[in-house]
Amino acid sequence: MRLTPFTEEHDLLRSTVRQWVETEIAPHVADWEERGDFPDDVFRRAGELGFLGLAFPEGAGGQGGDYWSQVVFLEEVGRVSQPIAMVLSVQTDMATPPILEFGSEAQIDRWLKPALRGELIGAIGITEPDTGSDVASIRTHAERDGNEWVLNGSKMYITNGARADFITMVVRTGELDQTNPWGSISMFIVDTSLPGFTVSQKLEKAGMRLSDTALLYMDDVRLPAEALLGVEGEGFKQIMWELQGERIGVSIFGVAGARALLEAAVDYARTRETFGQPIGSYQAVSHRLADMATELEAVQALVYECCELWNRGVYATEEVAMAKLAVGQMSNRLVDAAVQTMGGAGLVEGEFVSREWLGMRIGRIGGGSDEVQRQILARIMGLA
Amino acid sequence: MSGMEPLFGEEHDAYRETVRMFVQREIDPFAEDWENERDYPRELFQKAGAAGLFGAKFDERWGGTGPDYAAEAVAIEELSRSLSFGTASDLGAHSQLAALYIDRFGSDDQKERYLRPSIAGDLLGALAVTEPGAGSDVNGIHTRATRDGDDWVLNGSKVFITNGAWSDYVVVAGRTSDDPGHGNITLFVVDAGSAGFEQRRMKMIAWHTSHTGELFFDEVAVSDANRLGDVGSGFASIMTNFQWERVMMSLSALALANLSLETAIEYARERTAFGRPVIRFQVWQHRFADLAVRLRTSKALTYKALRLHIAAEQGQEVPREELVRVTSMAKLHSQRLAWEVADECVQVHGGAGALKEYPAQRFWRDARVGPIGGGTDDIMRNLIARSLGLGVA
Repeated sequence: MRLTPFTEEHDLLRSTVRQWVETEIAPHVADWEERGDFPDDVFRRAGELGFLGLAFPEGAGGQGGDYWSQVVFLEEVGRVSQPIAMVLSVQTDMATPPILEFGSEAQIDRWLKPALRGELIGAIGITEPDTGSDVASIRTHAERDGNEWVLNGSKMYITNGARADFITMVVRTGELDQTNPWGSISMFIVDTSLPGFTVSQKLEKAGMRLSDTALLYMDDVRLPAEALLGVEGEGFKQIMWELQGERIGVSIFGVAGARALLEAAVDYARTRETFGQPIGSYQAVSHRLADMATELEAVQALVYECCELWNRGVYATEEVAMAKLAVGQMSNRLVDAAVQTMGGAGLVEGEFVSREWLGMRIGRIGGGSDEVQRQILARIMGLA
Repeated sequence: MSGMEPLFGEEHDAYRETVRMFVQREIDPFAEDWENERDYPRELFQKAGAAGLFGAKFDERWGGTGPDYAAEAVAIEELSRSLSFGTASDLGAHSQLAALYIDRFGSDDQKERYLRPSIAGDLLGALAVTEPGAGSDVNGIHTRATRDGDDWVLNGSKVFITNGAWSDYVVVAGRTSDDPGHGNITLFVVDAGSAGFEQRRMKMIAWHTSHTGELFFDEVAVSDANRLGDVGSGFASIMTNFQWERVMMSLSALALANLSLETAIEYARERTAFGRPVIRFQVWQHRFADLAVRLRTSKALTYKALRLHIAAEQGQEVPREELVRVTSMAKLHSQRLAWEVADECVQVHGGAGALKEYPAQRFWRDARVGPIGGGTDDIMRNLIARSLGLGVA
């Protein structure tokens, strides 16, 4: 009975990624977080090292690895910084996989290959000021005009949105038909250098401050015909596919972050003394951490089952929704338990635990809120 | 080769079908009556033995069909899904505790006398460790075994012994010395009917069909041929076996939790309130979704523990700390969850949740044993805290 999904090759990859993360990411995270910015160079370096295309086929500019190599990457980044994991995962698990899955050779050459090299930065554009998880209600629309599409509308809360070179975007390409609201949606690769595309606001957030989250505005952006990704009118189905990989990706680095936070809390509990003994020797503290460790272990076991299914090409909507929901819930409880264990030290600005406490909250909102996951599950279970 | 290996193969699916058929034919139709009578026929053991329900983890040499712990897990899952959890608990104590102790620590002679007929279901077994004054604190037991020539003499008492009220033999933990350390306990096999040995049934609020018993030993003579393992080896044997017992309990609790959730959902579909089925209310949809998620994570964790056990049984190097860590987590996570699911099952039934004619209250009562038996939640947390490097300074 094999007890780990990872091989020696994965272990080697892990140490390479870890070295990069520890020398080029970890020392700067506090500063980036305070500034609310980070250098584009992070993408370029990750691309140079081959980290942005680990599970993409070589023919498309990737490393040709299996999904477990992507797991290694997200875990190693996730244990150091959730926001950096997020911005990289937007690139590797959200903006680019649809290009490989639905794109033409030309689109792969034009957008995917440079993105995997870290030369182009991508974002995923779904949410709008008036609609999020209810994708069928999007209003941003593109109309055919000769050989071109004319794009109008806005997108909100777009991670990497202020710096992106392209946005993999869902857009309405026909009148909203209430009997089939999913029918007239298509995907486009939107070149952000085109006239009419503006970043109207970089949003100030409570946590994950280093990442740019933007409000985007499109005013008569003229897209060439070859900007259409996949099949016209199939955008809803295509974005649902994208969300699977997205939810597994955020689940993986969410679990890795939670484990790092647990370790930080345990270390603190072992060294901090009160009333003459380490606080970790009090059952009230050690049992709380034992409960958190248990919850973490259970959720991770489910996430790994999802990774296994995804690696085998199984479209496991139920397990993935469960994992996404479970990770958000668990990591929020766990990071709060870590803050509580550390007392005042857990509240000092700029420290690992306080920073992640602020940032983890997005896990229950982004990529489909807790309530949306429950609704998906209720439907799959035949309840709704 | 990367990725995860599947736990079950086609042969396991076939075995699952066999056990399921057995449950549907031999247990479920009678469960309600048995529950009311707080009893069931002893012959069920022979029927289960004949159907091959006790053999999966034991070698063919003794009448088993294994060792195959994945198959054993299948048997546990299906038996625990029966409508009579107390009965499944008796069968489990017989096979997962008593017979397994004989298999692991017994001599060939002892296996011939006790294991073979146990696998066949002809001889019923139980394991007796817990006492009125000591449960998880195994080293604190008082039942004493004193050497007397070729024999041993047992004095003391045991409580909460599943299947112990009517078993044909009991594997008993007795104190054989008072030295410091963990070498004071020795295991013995005591036959029912031995002079001075008394078995009494206990009345519990849960597991109504189970023959959970109280045992009394008053100058009970036990032949040295019935000593199980070396003198002083009992503590280590019990600690080793706790791990499988806890995985078994996790599988079992999750089966009960699944049954509770399905029952709850079914009721929510039928029952109407304010002009629509209860299931149409989003609070219930989301509550059920949350429970399903927790069940699924608990199952993933329990299967992780099961994988470690299978690997260890197959002779692979599995660090003991890892086995204890993951097993304790699975046990902690699943037992409390099973009871919480059953509690929501009662809740959705409203007033009917309190009625004996509905199974909800039974699931709720039966699941409550889990966070106590086989090592309490707090014992699990102590073990997990230790694995984190935390604990008493």
